[in-house]
Amino acid sequence: MAKISLATIWLDGCSGCHMSFLDMDERFLDLAGQVDILFSPLVDNKVFPDHVDVTLVEGAVSNDSDKKNIAIIRQQSTIVVAFGDCAITANVPGMRNRYPVEAVLQRAYIENAAPPQQRSNGQPSKEGISFHTVPQLARMARPIHECIPVDFFLPGCPPPPRAILYLLTEILAGRTPQMHGWTRFGA
Amino acid sequence: MTLNIEDLQQIARIEKSKKDGFQHRINVCLAAGCLSCGSGLIKEALEKEVTRRGLDSWCKITGVGCLGLCAEGPLLSLPTSGSYYQGVQVSDVPEILDSLNGSPVARLVCPAETPFFQRQVRIVTENCGRIDPERIEEYIAEDGYAGLYQALTQMTPQEIIDQVSGSGLRGRGGAGYPTGLKWMSMAKAMGSTKFIICNGDEGDPGAFMDRSVLESDPHRVIEGMVIAGYATGANQGFIYVRAEYPLAVKRLRLALSQAERMGMIGNNIFNTSFHFNLQVRLGAGAFVCGEETALIASIEGRMGRPRPRPPFPVEFGLWDHPTMINNVETLANIAPIIRRGSQWFAGIGTEKSKGTKVFALAGKVVNTGLIEIPMGTSLRDIVFAIGGGIPQGGRFKAVQTGGPSGGCIPEQFLDMPVDYDSLAQVGSIMGSGGMIVMDASSCMVDVARFFMEFCMSESCGKCVPCRVGTRQIYDILGKITASRATMAEFTMLEDLCDLIKNTSLCGLGQSAPNPVLTTLKYFRDEYLAHIHDRQCLAGACKKAEEVL
Amino acid sequence: MKQHPPKKVRSDLNPSRLLTFKIDDRDVTAHEDETILSVARQNNIIIPTLCHLDGLSERGACRLCIVEVRGSTKLLPACVTFPRQDMEIITNSKRVINYRKKILELLFTERNHVCSVCVANGHCELQNLAVELGVDHVRYPYLYPRHDVDASHSRFCIDHNRCVLCLRCVRVCDEIEGAHTWDIMGRGMTSKVITDLNQPWGTSETCTGCGKCVQVCPTGALTEKGKSVAEMSKRRQFLPYLQMMRGRQGGSWQK
Ligand SMILES: Cc1cc2nc3c(=O)[nH]c(=O)nc-3n(C[C@H](O)[C@H](O)[C@H](O)COP(=O)(O)O)c2cc1C
Ligand code: SF4
Ligand code: FES
Repeated sequence: MAKISLATIWLDGCSGCHMSFLDMDERFLDLAGQVDILFSPLVDNKVFPDHVDVTLVEGAVSNDSDKKNIAIIRQQSTIVVAFGDCAITANVPGMRNRYPVEAVLQRAYIENAAPPQQRSNGQPSKEGISFHTVPQLARMARPIHECIPVDFFLPGCPPPPRAILYLLTEILAGRTPQMHGWTRFGA
Repeated sequence: MTLNIEDLQQIARIEKSKKDGFQHRINVCLAAGCLSCGSGLIKEALEKEVTRRGLDSWCKITGVGCLGLCAEGPLLSLPTSGSYYQGVQVSDVPEILDSLNGSPVARLVCPAETPFFQRQVRIVTENCGRIDPERIEEYIAEDGYAGLYQALTQMTPQEIIDQVSGSGLRGRGGAGYPTGLKWMSMAKAMGSTKFIICNGDEGDPGAFMDRSVLESDPHRVIEGMVIAGYATGANQGFIYVRAEYPLAVKRLRLALSQAERMGMIGNNIFNTSFHFNLQVRLGAGAFVCGEETALIASIEGRMGRPRPRPPFPVEFGLWDHPTMINNVETLANIAPIIRRGSQWFAGIGTEKSKGTKVFALAGKVVNTGLIEIPMGTSLRDIVFAIGGGIPQGGRFKAVQTGGPSGGCIPEQFLDMPVDYDSLAQVGSIMGSGGMIVMDASSCMVDVARFFMEFCMSESCGKCVPCRVGTRQIYDILGKITASRATMAEFTMLEDLCDLIKNTSLCGLGQSAPNPVLTTLKYFRDEYLAHIHDRQCLAGACKKAEEVL
Repeated sequence: MKQHPPKKVRSDLNPSRLLTFKIDDRDVTAHEDETILSVARQNNIIIPTLCHLDGLSERGACRLCIVEVRGSTKLLPACVTFPRQDMEIITNSKRVINYRKKILELLFTERNHVCSVCVANGHCELQNLAVELGVDHVRYPYLYPRHDVDASHSRFCIDHNRCVLCLRCVRVCDEIEGAHTWDIMGRGMTSKVITDLNQPWGTSETCTGCGKCVQVCPTGALTEKGKSVAEMSKRRQFLPYLQMMRGRQGGSWQK
C-alpha cells in the first residue's frame, strides 16, 4: 500500500484532539508505517506543504490567521477532516460568541489578570487591547465547514483514539469511513 | 321581544319612508380608513351646517361603512344623485351643501362611472357604504334578517345545508374548504353543546376585508351565524376579533345588543324553539390565532398555539365540544344565499369557485382600497381595469396574493382567472384576500424576505421546523439581499423551504415558504443576480458594503 | 368519538375496536386509540422522538417522529396519529430520515448546546438522537443566541442555553405534580420556559421542589445542583407508575 501524506493542525482548540491522537499508543506505530506526517504541531515543519492527502483540522476558525490558514489547507489538501467538536461545532471556543469581542478580551486579559481585589468588574479599561502582534479575533468562532467544504467529520471532545484510527484506516483503504456509532458530540 | 315577519316588514317600511322623506342624503364613510383621515369631523361639520341652515328635514347626513376607495378618503356618497366625493375637507362642507340642487362640486367628484365601481359585484359588501352600521333598522330595511326569518320558520336545517352546499360557497378564510361540507360534518357531530366561531382574526399584513365588513355591516355576520347555528344544531357562538379593531368591536357589540333587544339572538328567536347566544371575544392580534386550533385555545384562555389535527374542531373543539369555525366573509354570504337561493349564488363565479371575493387591493396600483369582484375575474382586469393600472406609467411586475402564506404571481399569468384552483396551480393561494401589486422597482427577494420576517416573528414556536427554519431562511434571504450569499446558501434556502413546508405542524409553517418558493420559481434570475453579480436587478437592495 | 359498526354491538363490552395495519411491511395489530408510535414501540420498531414522553400528554411539536403513509405524500407525526385499518406506515424511508436529520440540526443551531461541558453529557436525548440519526455535523449556521441561567433555586438549576422547548417540564409539572409552576412565554424563537410569572425559580411560591421537571428534561437544561460534567443522569421510572396509579385523565390535547 502506498503511503499517504498526512497533516494535522490546530486552530482555535485546546490541543486535546491531538492528545487523543497520540493516545493511540502502540497503534500509532502501525500507522506510522503507512503515513508520512508532513506537517503538524507534533513535527518541526513550519510551512504547510504544497500538497497533502489528508489534513486533520482541530479547532474552530476564530481569528484572521485561522481564516487564512483554513483556506490554504483546503487548497492544498485532498481530504479535509474536521477533527473534534471545536472544528465541527465551535464547541468551547464558540461559547464566547454570545459576547462582543471587546467584552471577551476585557474579561480574559484585564479583569482576570488582575488580582481579585483589584478587578474592575466589567468596567472597560482605558487602554483597550491592541492587536499589534497577535491575530485579530473574529466576531465569532465558527465551525470550519462554515468556511470551507469539509470531507469528513470526526466529532468528539476529544474523539476517542479508536475512532481516529478507524477513520484513518478507512481512508488508507480507500473506503468512506462510516462514523456512525464510533463517536459523538461531546464524547 | 320577539318579532314576526310583519314586524320586520313594518320596521323596513318605516325606515324606507323616513329615508324617502329627505330630498337629499349624504353618506359619510365612517370606516377606519376614512375615519383616520378625519371623516368624523366632516360628518359633524355637515350636520352642524345643515342645522344652521335649517335644512334638517331636507337633507340627511348618515355615517356609513366602507365605500371602497380607501386611499382617496375621506369619501362621501350622495345616493340621491349617485355621485361620490373624494378627499373631502371640512372647508368643503358649505360648498357641498350649496351644490346639492345644482351640479356637483367638480373638484371633489370621484368618477363613479369607472371600472372601479362598475366592475364590482357586491354581495358581501352590498350594504357597505349604504347603511348606517350602528342602526339595526337600516339593515332590516335592506332585507336584513329576512333570511334568518325564512330559515327559522320555513326551512329545516337540512334544507339550509342543502342550500349552502348547492351554492358552492367555499370558505373565505384561506383554504377554500366547501362550506356546505363543513356544515354537514358539524350537523353530524354528536353532543348537545356545540359552538360556532366566527374567525375575525385577520392577521395577514395589508388585509382588511373582514374589518371592513364588521365595521360596515355587522348584522350581516350575526345573521349568518344564527343561521349556521340553526342549521348545525349549535346554540352558542363566538365572534373572535382582534383587539386592534376597536371600531369593529364597538359596532359588533352595539349590533349584538340591538339584535338581542329585537330578539334575533337569545331565546325563542322569531317565536321558534331555537335559541342562540352570541358573544364577542378579543384576540391579542397574533397571526397564528387565526389558525383554528390556536384560536380555540385563545378563546379558552390558553396560549394561542395550534395543536395537531386530527382531531378536527368539528369533533373536538372549544372545551372539547364540536365547534365549527367560519370566516367573517363566509358567514356574510349566508344570508343572501338563503334569501335569494343557492342557484342565484351558483350562477356567479367559475365552475369550482362560486360567488364573489372581497380583496384589499394595495401596493403599486392607482386605485387602492376594497373591491368585491366575481370569482374568475382575471388578474389583468383587477390590476388594470379596476385598479387603474400602475401609477406613473410604471411597469407591472407581479401581484402577491394570500399574504404571508401566498405567493407572487408574475406577468405571464395576468390573464389567469382568480379562483381557488388557478391560484393554487401557480403556487399561491386565495388567502383571505390581500392583493399587493408590485412594479419594476420591487426586488422580489426583498419581498420574500419581508414575508419571511413576518412568519418568523409570528411563528408560535411550538414546532421546530417553523420556529428555527423560518429564522434560518430569513437569515439567508437577508444575506442574499445584501449580496453576501453563496450558492451553497442558495441551495440551503430551497432545502429549508421544502423542510418547513412538509414537516411543520400547522398551516402557518406549512405555507410560510410560499412567497419564497414562488419568487424562486418565477424570479430566479433576481436571486442569482444578487449572488453571482452582486447586484439587485430592481435596484432596491443595498449591498452589504453600503449598509455598513 | 368512536365509530360504531353497522350492526349493533355492545359498546360496553367493546370500548375500543381492534385493527390491523402495517409498519415497515410488518403486520401489526392495535387498538384504534393507540398511536402509531406506541404500536411501533410494542413491535420494537424504532421511531425517534423528543417531545414525546410516556406518561405525559402528547404535543406533536418536535416533528422528529414523522412517518410516511404509502400512497400519500403527507407526513404524519407518529406520536399523535392513530392507525387506520390496512394503513401502510413507513418509518424509515430516505425522505423521512433526511427530514429528521434536518430538524435535529435546526435544534442544534437554535441554542448553545455545548455537549463537552454539559452536566448531562452522555445522558442527553438530544446528543443520543444525533448519534441515532447519524448527525455528525450541522449544516445550518449556529445562531449563538444569548440566554440566561437561573440558579436561584436551592437544589435545581435551569440553563436556557440547553433548552429544546419540548415542554416536558411544563407538562409534568401541570399534569403529574399538579403545581403548574412551569409555563412558556413569548413566541417563535423568543419562546422561553418560565417559572411562575417569569420570576426567579428560587422565589417561586408554587414550586414544590419535587424535581420531576429535572428528571423529565431530555437535555442538560434542567439539572440538579452539585453535578459536574456528565454526572447528571435522569430517572423517569416514576412517570408511568404515577400515571397508572392515578388513572390517565382526559384532555390529552391540551398543550
Ligand atoms: C396561520 C393561519 C392563519 C389564519 N388566519 C385566518 C384569519 O385571519 N381569518 C380567517 O378567517 N381564517 C384564518 N385562517 C384559516 C382558519 O384556520 C380557518 O381555516 C378558517 O377560519 C375557516 O373558515 P372558512 O371555512 O370560512 O374559510 C388561518 C389559518 C392559518 C393556518
Ligand atoms: S408551524 Fe409555526 S405556527 Fe404552526 S405550530 Fe409550528 S411553530 Fe407554531
Ligand atoms: S415525538 Fe412526535 S412530534 Fe415530537
